[in-house]
Amino acid sequence: MSVPRFWRRLKNLYNLIGTHCKKCGGFFYPPRNMCPKCRRNGVIVPFKFKGAGEVVTFTIVHSAAKDYAKLTPYILAIIKLDEGPRLTSQVICSHEDIHIGMKVKSAFRKLGEESDRGMIYYGTKFIPVES
Amino acid sequence: MNVGIVSYGVYIPRYRIKVEEIAKVWGANANSIIDGLMVYEKSVPDMDEDTITIAVEAARNAINRAGINPEKIGAIYTGSESHPYAVKPSSTIVAEAVGATPDLTLADFEFACKAGTAAIQTCMGMVDSDMIELGMAIGSDVSQGAPGDALEYTAAAGGVAYILGKNNQVANIESTYSFTTDTPDFWRREGMPYPEHGGRFTGEPGYFKHVTSAAQGLMERMGTKPSDYDYAVFHQPNGKFPTRAAKMLGFTNEQIKPGLVVPRLGNTYSGSCMMGLAATLDIAKAEDRIFMTSFGSGAGSDAFSFVVTDKIEEIRNGAPSVEKYLENPIYINYATYARHKGKIKL
Ligand SMILES: [Zn+2]
Repeated sequence: MSVPRFWRRLKNLYNLIGTHCKKCGGFFYPPRNMCPKCRRNGVIVPFKFKGAGEVVTFTIVHSAAKDYAKLTPYILAIIKLDEGPRLTSQVICSHEDIHIGMKVKSAFRKLGEESDRGMIYYGTKFIPVES
Repeated sequence: MNVGIVSYGVYIPRYRIKVEEIAKVWGANANSIIDGLMVYEKSVPDMDEDTITIAVEAARNAINRAGINPEKIGAIYTGSESHPYAVKPSSTIVAEAVGATPDLTLADFEFACKAGTAAIQTCMGMVDSDMIELGMAIGSDVSQGAPGDALEYTAAAGGVAYILGKNNQVANIESTYSFTTDTPDFWRREGMPYPEHGGRFTGEPGYFKHVTSAAQGLMERMGTKPSDYDYAVFHQPNGKFPTRAAKMLGFTNEQIKPGLVVPRLGNTYSGSCMMGLAATLDIAKAEDRIFMTSFGSGAGSDAFSFVVTDKIEEIRNGAPSVEKYLENPIYINYATYARHKGKIKL
């Protein structure tokens, strides 16, 4: 992730800010500027997701790119937010406990870092609701 | 003073390592260390947690606990001795993550373990003078002790955030007083990973001199005495120091008990006595009077006197208590701990 690219997405990453179409009620994360259903008639506004959702599917990553190497093995999951959209995120929990349908909530974590000299990227990951 | 705590929030990472596990690695006698420090286990951050992520979680808990509108926060000061960046404020990231930007002022504070209480005092002045409506003071640390050093048994991770304001106070701050001198009891040079300390020099001229002087100074100025207080909290580098300081000043073990979180948590540095205050507020009732004194090496102490209001009941269950974070930990071994703390360079 480049510094400018991270900076442009920072608000979305920190606070799960996506968009909402007031016309059809659709929710989008990552944010969309055009509603795929209503097209030009859509009314798109920013929307802050609550951060509650459940695990749709997951995988355990054993070897990762340099920025994430320190974290392996880690759980990468598709999360369905309560409002509807699906996103890919790390889930912080033991590899024995992770399961499809697990209720999760958002947490503020380090997403990665370039090196000891580079930027630290912060953002949203998910943790089990009971913790 | 018409300034008080409007809300508060804490965060403690889920992992713990027991003193026995660390002692085993260094061939040390665990029981004599536990007896000497009155610390049984300490919190350890996850691999993707640092001072900033911990500060954000504590700050979000403080905002949620009382349903604060983050746009009304006019200042955020984050106190820590483990800011992830040498240049680039932790507080900007915290402010963005809680939705308080851009109409506010902020800065990072450093004063060993008392940077967080210095932040409280700064917010008090700004609120009292109507420069801001609400101010947030945070103490957060992921403290490091060199492998095998005595500090390794206690250096822990955790954070606490207080929101200060005039309206809807849950605890009024009656007064504050500080005692500060130039005392080289503990330091860390720029770029060095672990701190150095003056061994036995840290106790008498450092901790005890400053804590008792600040505490006595505040009580003299206010005309109060230890028996006027329901609870007292002192900086907790271990369990022994605050227990002894309390006794020297004339406070009882019952008064310090609810706020003595260090035996199960370790020393959270900038979060230490602010965590003890939070644990005390978790159980306090209206009209309870609470005394608190922080300590930062270098050296200085900030003493405070609080009176709890009946509004405490309205916000009590709005965010997790200190006890909630202390129960149900995940214990890890030294190898996992070393990886979490980055002691093994990958
Ligand atoms: Zn639409």
